[in-house]
Amino acid sequence: MAGKNFLKRIDWLSVFIYFALTAIGWLSIYSSTFTESNPSLFDFSTFYGKQFFFICVSVIAIVFVFATEANLFERFSGIIYTIGIVLLLGLFPFGKTIAGATSWYNLGFFNLQPSEIAKVATTLAMAKYLSDIQTDLRRQKDKLYAFGILVIPAILIVLQPDPGSGVVFFALTFVLFREGLPLYYMAIGLVVLLIFVATLKFGTIWVIIGVSILIALFYLTKRERVKISPLPIILFFVVSVSISFSVRFVFDSVFEQHHRDRFNLWLRLEKDPKKLEQIRKTIGYNTYQSEKAIESGGFTGKGFLQGTRTKGDFVPEQHSDYIFTTIGEEWGFVGTATVVLLFSILLLRLVYIAERQKNAFSRIYGYGVISILFVHYLINIGMVIGLVPTIGIPLPFMSYGGSGLLGFTLLLFIFLKLDANRLKEWD
Amino acid sequence: MKKVLLSSIIILIGLTFLGRLSYLQIFSFSPNQILEDAAIKAIYDYPERGYIYDRNGKLLVANQAAYDVMVIPREVKPLDTIEFCNLVGIDKSTFIKNIKTAKIRSPRLPYVMVSQLSKEDYARLQEKMRKYEGFYIQKRSLRYYDTKSAANALGYISQVTPADLKAHPYYTQGELRGKTGIEKQYEDILRGRKGVKYIQKDRFNRDIGPYKNGALDTLPEPGKEIQLTIDKDLQEYGERLMVGKHGGIVALDPSSGEILSLISGPTYDPSLLVGRKRSANYSKLYYDSIAKPTWDRSLLAQESPGSPFKVINALIALQENVMTPDDKIRCYNGFYVGKNRTKRGCHCGGGLRDMNSGIYKSCNAYFAGTFKQIFDNFDTTDEAMDVWQKHVKSFGLGEYLGTDLPTGSRGRIPGKEYYDKVYGDNRWSWSYIVSLSFGQGEVAVTPIQLANMTAAIGNKGYYYTPHILKKIEGEPITDPMYTQRKYTTIDKENFDPVIKGMEAVYKTPGGTAHWLQVPGIDIAGKTGTVENYTRINGVRTQLTDHSIFVAFAPVQNPKIAIAIFIEHGYFGGRYAGHIASLMIEKYLKGEITRKDLEKKMLEKTLEKEYAKPYSGEPFIINERSW
Repeated sequence: MAGKNFLKRIDWLSVFIYFALTAIGWLSIYSSTFTESNPSLFDFSTFYGKQFFFICVSVIAIVFVFATEANLFERFSGIIYTIGIVLLLGLFPFGKTIAGATSWYNLGFFNLQPSEIAKVATTLAMAKYLSDIQTDLRRQKDKLYAFGILVIPAILIVLQPDPGSGVVFFALTFVLFREGLPLYYMAIGLVVLLIFVATLKFGTIWVIIGVSILIALFYLTKRERVKISPLPIILFFVVSVSISFSVRFVFDSVFEQHHRDRFNLWLRLEKDPKKLEQIRKTIGYNTYQSEKAIESGGFTGKGFLQGTRTKGDFVPEQHSDYIFTTIGEEWGFVGTATVVLLFSILLLRLVYIAERQKNAFSRIYGYGVISILFVHYLINIGMVIGLVPTIGIPLPFMSYGGSGLLGFTLLLFIFLKLDANRLKEWD
Repeated sequence: MKKVLLSSIIILIGLTFLGRLSYLQIFSFSPNQILEDAAIKAIYDYPERGYIYDRNGKLLVANQAAYDVMVIPREVKPLDTIEFCNLVGIDKSTFIKNIKTAKIRSPRLPYVMVSQLSKEDYARLQEKMRKYEGFYIQKRSLRYYDTKSAANALGYISQVTPADLKAHPYYTQGELRGKTGIEKQYEDILRGRKGVKYIQKDRFNRDIGPYKNGALDTLPEPGKEIQLTIDKDLQEYGERLMVGKHGGIVALDPSSGEILSLISGPTYDPSLLVGRKRSANYSKLYYDSIAKPTWDRSLLAQESPGSPFKVINALIALQENVMTPDDKIRCYNGFYVGKNRTKRGCHCGGGLRDMNSGIYKSCNAYFAGTFKQIFDNFDTTDEAMDVWQKHVKSFGLGEYLGTDLPTGSRGRIPGKEYYDKVYGDNRWSWSYIVSLSFGQGEVAVTPIQLANMTAAIGNKGYYYTPHILKKIEGEPITDPMYTQRKYTTIDKENFDPVIKGMEAVYKTPGGTAHWLQVPGIDIAGKTGTVENYTRINGVRTQLTDHSIFVAFAPVQNPKIAIAIFIEHGYFGGRYAGHIASLMIEKYLKGEITRKDLEKKMLEKTLEKEYAKPYSGEPFIINERSW
C-alpha cells in the first residue's frame, strides 16, 4: 500500500454507493425484524445485530483487500477457484441443510454459504483464463474451457439444490461476449427464449406466422445485389417451428406443476380472472404480498418502522430476498427510485472503470463483477415488483446474509483495488 | 459497440424498474389505506343507540340485548354435538353446515353460529358455554319497542347495503343503519359515533398489538335520546280505530306544527322487524300489494282533497274581494256550466246559499259560482290562475312540505302551464276546471298537507312546518325551519266567516257532521267525499268514494288540527268524520264520553269494500247501509 497516492486512486464514488446501499439495507433489515419489546440496536441474536457484525467483518475485509498486493489476486486465482470448488463439493458430505437446500457450513457462530464465495472465485478464474495470451475464444476448445469454468460451480450449486444461485453464474457469459464470443450466440439464445415465451402466450400457429413474416421482411429489405443462399433461412424456419412445437411438450411433460404455475402467473396464461387471482394469492403469494406492500407505500412511504405489512410479517423472507419491499413500503417511491438509481449509477460507473483498465485481467474481472451484480439486481428487484418469475437470490449489499455480503464486498473491492493499481503495472 | 450495449441494458432496466414502481406506488396507490390495509384490523366499539320518547316522555323505543353464539373453527375441540345442538336450539345439519361455512370463510375468524338468542336462552347457555372450546357468546344490541304503534313513522334499522357503504364511508360491512322513518332521519343523532381501535395484525391474522400505539384510536360517543312530538296515547288510539280500514290520519298541534300522530292504516307491529324472524316478516309486509302496510299513507298518499278544498276557494274569494260572506248563489240541485250548459250535480238539497250554508251544507253550486267570480275578476284566465295557484300554494299544498320525515309527496296544485298542456294554449277557461272549486279533478294532496292546511286555517293565516322531533337530550329543537311561522297569502280577518262555516258543519242541523259534535268542545270541520276510479281488466270503474274529514279544535286557540283520509269509506261524515270526532275528544278530554260511537268505529271494518275490485264479480258502490 502506497499511502496517500493509493487513497487518491481509489474510486470513491463506488465506495460511497457501496456504503449507502449497505446502510439502507441494514436499516431495512432492522425495520423488518425488530420487535417493539426488544428494540436494542446491536443484539447479536437478532438479524440486524448479526448483519451489523457482518458489515464490520466486511469493512475489515475491505481493508485487507486494499492492503494486499494487487497482483496476488491474479496469481492465486487458480488456487482460489480450486478452494471454491472444493468447498462446494464438501457440502455434499458435510453441509448443513436449511429449508431443503444443503448450502451451508455450520461454523458455530454463523453459517457459511460457499456459493457466495464461489462467485468471487469463478470470476477471478474466468478473468485469469480469458486474459491469458494463449486463450482464443474463436477456438472451440477454449470456448468449452471458458464455459467449463462457470458451468462446474453452477452445476454443483444447482445440485444442492439452489437453482437460483446456480443461474447467476451464467451471467459470466456476458464477459465472454465482451472478450470475443460472437454476439449471434446471444441472439440465438434470445430467439429461443422469445419463441418459448411466444408459444406459451400465443400458440404455435402465431409463432409460425411471426417467423414467416420476419423472413419475408428480411427478403424485402435486403439489398438487391446481395445473394443469400436460402439454406440457412429454411434451416432457421424449420428449427424455429420445431422448437415451438417442442415447447408445449416440454412445458406439459418435463416441467413440474410449480414451474408451470410460475409461468402461468408470469405470462398471465390463465384466462379466468378468478383463477388467476387464486394463483396470485397461493402460488404467487410472495409476489402478491410484496407488490401489495410496495403499492401501499405510495409516493413517500409510511415512514421508518411504520410499515404495517412489514410489521405484520406479510411478506415472507422480507429481511433477505424481499428486502426491497421494506424500502417500498416505508420509504415509498422516493426510496425505491433512490435504490434503483444507486444501483444504475454504480453499474454504469463500474463499466466506465472496467473500460479504462489497461490490463486485460482487470478489465475482464471488472466485467465479471458487473455481470454478477447486474443479474442479481435485475432478478431480485424484478421478482419483487412482479416483472420476473420468482427466483430466490439476494439483492447485493442489502439483503440479510453474512456470506452474501462478504462475497459481494470482496467481489467489488478486489475490482476497486485492481483499478486503484491500474497505473502501477505490477510493482 | 459491446461496451455501449451493456450500458444501455443497464439504463433500460433501470427505466423499466422505475416505470413499474411508479405504476405500483403512484398510479395504483390508494390513499384510503388504513381501512384497506390487510395488516390493520379496526375493532369498533358501538355505543348504545339513543332511546325514543313521545311528547309526554313515554318510552317508545329502547334497546334490548340479543346474543349470538360465535364460533372460531380452528379452536373447536371435539364435542358432544347432540347436546350442544339441543342447548342452543338448532338441529345437527344446521350445525354441520354452519361449521363448514365458517371454515371456508376463515378458520381463524369468528363466525355467527346461532344468531340473536333471547335473554332467557342466554341465561341457560351462559354457564355451560365454557365446556365448548371455540364457541363463545357475543352480545348485540337490538331495538326494543314499547309500543305496537307508529311503525312507519318510527321506521326500522337494518344492515347497511353495498350502496350505503359507497355513499357513507362511516359504515362498514354488517353495521346497522336507520332505513326508514325517524330511525333514518335522525340516524346521526340516535347512532352516536362508534369508537375504533386499530390493531396491527400479522399474516396469520393474529393481533400483535395496537397500531401506532393507539394514536389514531377513538372513544365511542353515545347516541342521544330524542323526544318526539307524537302523543303515544293518541297514536295508539288512532291506530285502534283504523283497524280494518285503509287510509292516513295526521294530527298536528297548530300552535307549533308538532305532529301529534301520524297514522297509516293498515299498520304493523314494529317488533316484527326485529330479531330472528325479521326477514321473513319483512317479505310478508313488503309483498302485501293490496294492503301495503309499509307504505306510509299519511305522508305519501296523494288524492283529491274533495270538499275541504272548498274553504280555500272561499278564502281566496274573500281575499280577492270578489265576494262577501253574504253574497248568495242559487243551487239548482246542481249548476250549469260551459257552452252546452251541462248540469253538474250537488247533494246539498238546493236553494239559496251564502258562504256559511255553502260550507256547512257543502254546496257544489255555491263554490262553482265562487270560482267563476274569482276568475271573472281578472282580465285573463292565465292571470286568474296564477293568483289562484299562489294563494293555494301558500297553504303548503302542491309542494313538499319540508317535514323532518324522510318521505313525502308533492301532491299537485295545477297551474296554467298544466292546462295549457292538456287543452292547448289559451284553449281553456274556468268552466273547464270548475272541479277545482270543490277539490276534485287534477288537484291532489297528502293527508299531512291537508292537516297542515287545516292548522293554517285554525291559526287564521299561518302555520309551522309540521315536524316530529321535539327535543334532543331534553333540549328543544331550534331549527328555524320548524320554529318560525309561515304565513299564507290570506289576511287574518278573512278567516272568520270561513271558520264560522266550518263550525256550523257541527253546530247547525243540516250540517254535514252535526251528529258528530263533541259535547263541550267547539270544533270547526269540513267533510269531504271524493269520487275515485280504478281500472279493472282495463275498464275504468268507479269505486266507493273516499271518506275525508278535516277539523280543528277548540275553535278559539286550536290545540289540534286533524286530517283524515279513509279509502273507500263513502262520504266524509261516515268513517273519517267519526274518527276525527273521537280523536279530538280523546286528545282534548283524555277519554271518550260517547262509548257507543267508539264501539261502532272500533268494530266496523272496510275489508269487504276493499275486496270488491278483486272479487271478479260485479259490485255496487257507495252502499247506503253500513
